[in-house]
Amino acid sequence: MSGIWLRVLGYVAILAAVIALPHFVGSFTTAEFTYVAVYAIALFGLNILTGITGQISLGQGGFMAIGAYTTAILSADHGWPQLLTVPAAGLVAGLAGFLFGFPALRLAGVYLALATFALAVIIPSIASAFAFTGGSSGILLELPTSPIGGVSVDTWLYYVSWAVAVVGFVVALWFVRGKRGRALRAIMENELAATASGVSLSRYKTLAFGVSAAYAGVAGGLFGILSFIVTPGLIPITTSILLLAGLVVGGARSFLGAIIGAIFVELIQVYSADVLGPVINTAQKLGLPIGDVEKTTPGVPSVVYGVILLLVLFLMPRGAAGLFSRIAGLTRRVV
Amino acid sequence: MLPLAFTWSDFFQQVVFGLAIGAVYASLALAIVLIYRTTHVVNFAQGEMATFTTYIACTLTANHGWSFWPAFFATIVIAFLLGAATERVIIRPFERGDPLTLILVTIALFVIFNGLVQWIWGPEQKFFQGAFSPKPFTIGGVSIAHQDIGVIGVTLATVVVLWLFFRFTKLGLAMRAAAIAPIASRLMGVRVGWMYAAGWGFAASLGAVSGMMVAPIIFLNPSMMQSVLVYAFAAAVLGGIESPVGAVVGGLLLGLGTTLLGAYVSWIGVDLQLPVAFTVLILVLLIRPAGLLGRHVVRRV
Repeated sequence: MSGIWLRVLGYVAILAAVIALPHFVGSFTTAEFTYVAVYAIALFGLNILTGITGQISLGQGGFMAIGAYTTAILSADHGWPQLLTVPAAGLVAGLAGFLFGFPALRLAGVYLALATFALAVIIPSIASAFAFTGGSSGILLELPTSPIGGVSVDTWLYYVSWAVAVVGFVVALWFVRGKRGRALRAIMENELAATASGVSLSRYKTLAFGVSAAYAGVAGGLFGILSFIVTPGLIPITTSILLLAGLVVGGARSFLGAIIGAIFVELIQVYSADVLGPVINTAQKLGLPIGDVEKTTPGVPSVVYGVILLLVLFLMPRGAAGLFSRIAGLTRRVV
Repeated sequence: MLPLAFTWSDFFQQVVFGLAIGAVYASLALAIVLIYRTTHVVNFAQGEMATFTTYIACTLTANHGWSFWPAFFATIVIAFLLGAATERVIIRPFERGDPLTLILVTIALFVIFNGLVQWIWGPEQKFFQGAFSPKPFTIGGVSIAHQDIGVIGVTLATVVVLWLFFRFTKLGLAMRAAAIAPIASRLMGVRVGWMYAAGWGFAASLGAVSGMMVAPIIFLNPSMMQSVLVYAFAAAVLGGIESPVGAVVGGLLLGLGTTLLGAYVSWIGVDLQLPVAFTVLILVLLIRPAGLLGRHVVRRV
């Protein structure tokens, strides 16, 4: 069986797992995996911008916030149907990203990381200063309802989010193919050589910024619908940081890795402290003088989460996707 | 929001306060520049390390009855050891990593230090007795807080000491050499790895100074340095991230600018200080992509 068929088989298996999941788990887990879809969408965009074009961005959360506010304003103030606002959220954030791409053209590396960081920091404070964004109390959205009888609203939102994620996945695969994909990768490898080969930096970098922000906008729109309320604090700077971490954990150049990254982003916020119990038990069994630590003590989850992040970076510098390809390489040699 | 009438005494008061806040930004910005120059890492954890060491100072003064200045200098030494150890143990294994990985390593450090502070000292805010009284004195009709003058003075003294160190001591020379030409320095017998660790140590000490200066003004709490960090980044970038003088100038300009804008432009107020500061920053970068005092790196093809 050649590689391409193996890959298609993999996609079908993942798709089947996504479709089947809500039938096997409770509504809490379903809701968690709805957020996984949302983070995956934002990560597809970050993959295109950071993983493939090589432009480090700490501002993906900022564009998510723009998307969330677009959805909130259109649906609450202008009476649009909620789901119709999601493409609009993508368009508005995409336009903002495209425009941000122009000043970003002149910045590289650290300066770009810091400028995008600034962007993620200022968007919430701009939102809290103006009346059309609802100030610091934000905008309340209508509770979503399921249009299909017998399907709970959690399940409905789950399938909607994953449907959008699947479309986003296919579009992302299409986007990085062919001449355009080669141009983007060339920019990452060596800007000078890319320019010398006729790649227009301004055209492709702003394009990458725009598309990446559009993905963030769509994710933000869905995020707003899932949260019922859009406030300046809805998407804090930590979301941007977590997304970048998710990108590295998943493997910066792999769209399937992005899904693993999204699972990491969602689960690490909820479960990181749960790792602590077994670790301390083992340490005590080994005779180390360690007292009991309650996982609910303030600060403990953060410490565990930071240590996990460090370990992941140390053990899998190329992310889960890199790990998979290494394992695949091994099996190919063995089989 | 707007002061009823513009008075010069009020204006000078704002200027002094702005410079004091700017001095705090400047010392943290200087720490960021120091680490960037020695190890080419942008340390997102700089602010949290500063918070951590400020809590140590607070424990020394509040729980062990030390007076401010002994605690101040002890904390600077502890911060140095902490910074150097962090470089040796955590940054070292990632030395050859790509920029993205290194940024994430310092973000992980940010999360860890923030968690440790809450774990050890609790999430609630504490009172930290500073060395200077917040009470004002009056010169020519302008009332100025002792604290503001003290903060400016301590920061300037720190910067001068650091400059003297780098300019006139053998260790300072070795550190500069290790940063500029690591391989050549190694061949000349400089322990380059330890120079990197020393760079992180000095940066942590500078951060501790800025933390101990700002804590009496805004209360000590686990997220105290986060907004300071944002401004310090802005100051470092504004000055050019490789330029120590630029970081100090950038910090002072930023403190002064945001204070005056907040006080005299009514629609900016407190909410929009940050956006306005960053819009200015992005505009500056558009005109001078390497900051005000940064060098443009010309690459040979």
